[in-house]
Amino acid sequence: MSETARLLLEIGGIVFVLALLARLARWLGISPIPLYLLGGLAFGQGGILPLVTSDEFIDAGAQIGVVLLLFMLGLEYTGDELVKSLRTTARAGFVDLFASFTPGYLAGLIIGFGPIGSLFLGGVTYISSSGVVAKLLEDLGWTGNRETPIILSILVFEDLAMAVILPILGALALGGTVTGTLGSVFAALTAVVIIISVASRHGEGLSRVAFSGSDEVNLLTVFGVTLIVAGIAEQLHVSAAVGAFLVGIGVSGEPADRARALLAPLRDLFAGVFFIFFGLSIDPSTLPAVAGTVVLLALVTGATKAGTGWWAARRVGIGSRGRIRSATALLARGEFSIVIAGLGITAGVAGELAPIAAGYVLLMASAGPILARAVGPRATL
Amino acid sequence: MSRIEETKLPGVGVRFDFITRQGERVGVVHHRGGRREIFICPPDDPDTARLVLDLDDDDVHTLADVLGVSPVIEEISQLQQVEGLAMDWLPIKPNSPYAGRTIGDARIRTLTGVSVVAVIRGEDPFPAPGPEFELKADDITVVVGTAHGIDAVKSILADG
Repeated sequence: MSETARLLLEIGGIVFVLALLARLARWLGISPIPLYLLGGLAFGQGGILPLVTSDEFIDAGAQIGVVLLLFMLGLEYTGDELVKSLRTTARAGFVDLFASFTPGYLAGLIIGFGPIGSLFLGGVTYISSSGVVAKLLEDLGWTGNRETPIILSILVFEDLAMAVILPILGALALGGTVTGTLGSVFAALTAVVIIISVASRHGEGLSRVAFSGSDEVNLLTVFGVTLIVAGIAEQLHVSAAVGAFLVGIGVSGEPADRARALLAPLRDLFAGVFFIFFGLSIDPSTLPAVAGTVVLLALVTGATKAGTGWWAARRVGIGSRGRIRSATALLARGEFSIVIAGLGITAGVAGELAPIAAGYVLLMASAGPILARAVGPRATL
Repeated sequence: MSRIEETKLPGVGVRFDFITRQGERVGVVHHRGGRREIFICPPDDPDTARLVLDLDDDDVHTLADVLGVSPVIEEISQLQQVEGLAMDWLPIKPNSPYAGRTIGDARIRTLTGVSVVAVIRGEDPFPAPGPEFELKADDITVVVGTAHGIDAVKSILADG
């Protein structure tokens, strides 16, 4: 078979499998992320359908996937919203950070990832999946509930925390000297603060200038600018993901609505490739060995996350049913846990990080929505 | 009018809700992009929204028409997005010096920079009234300007 034919067949095969998995996830009523990861396992070394020629495409596609995931996350928020919710939810946010980061970090220490490598596992267990949770709120008709603003503001806090944590982890991942690491962390944080404050004042005006009437021009402009900024950020050791996140925050108002509609399909495609890529990097035979760790970690961080949600809802006077809903809503971990684990692998954290993160996300991304559905099915009159 | 509570839902949109006379919490979630959801919470569980209606842009206008609500409100809520711009509903009390006189007589814009963007008389809205528009007792003027200017208008309408 010619090289070209084989390449097209493999890429087509991957995308087609993604389509089947997405369909299955819809039918099951769960997030497609765990299924994509399983798909990656099946394609990988020692899997049932090993890939040969499409390595480079998957590699590049996965990088673009991370950039787009973070860009679209930034689009969800305006600088103003971030600043405001930082003020109102700082306390719940820090409780959440402490309660769900610590167990992962300690587990990392026990497994032997070392004080720096363990940071990555802490990040994996800390961050809830805004994508999965937002979809859940919508699907279950919870948007009008009184506890929903609390759930959303905790998610905003986590995402903002990620903008701070990612460059730190990214700098650690790229290694280098202590002063070099501190320098890039400082550069990253400065960039985060400047962009968020400029975007909260002038975001809409700037976006309006950059946008034209043509969807084609807009798509190419936004996609191009995002990749360039991500590239520059990566070069400055700030992490491409954070660069993309900041561009997303900078775009606001009506242009943001249009960018969302234009780039969502691209994001779905490349994020799918990213999950496959992550699954590919895992040897399925390593999974049984970490199963016990994964289940234990899931139980502990499930409990701490649920506790945080319950407490945060109670604090503002939500009744018991609302507290239970907010406890289950935050359980799901997903895309960003995998992004953090991916950085950890680049950093050369011990090989078990990948299968643990994959297994953990498999469990939490499926169990979270199922539990939420059980405690608060769509309420009708 | 009942007190409307506005809550930002980051990443989703804005929620408005109020308590009806029957004690139910009724609300509308404005999704970004124009979709709106109307929900009701039963009096015994104000936390749980029961989704009633899921409306697109067209449906919203149809429903507003059917309810007989003035379209003025929507235009004003768009105006409110401008920073520093305040909006208020000022009634013309029966003892106001301008009950029975025109808007031009009150020299509102000249003195305060505030504009009267609409007058609501009973159920009927009169959008964009000119200076020759005659105010009557129990009219409600809808004014837009700075918060400071609106305070000045309040005292003009009350005391002349």
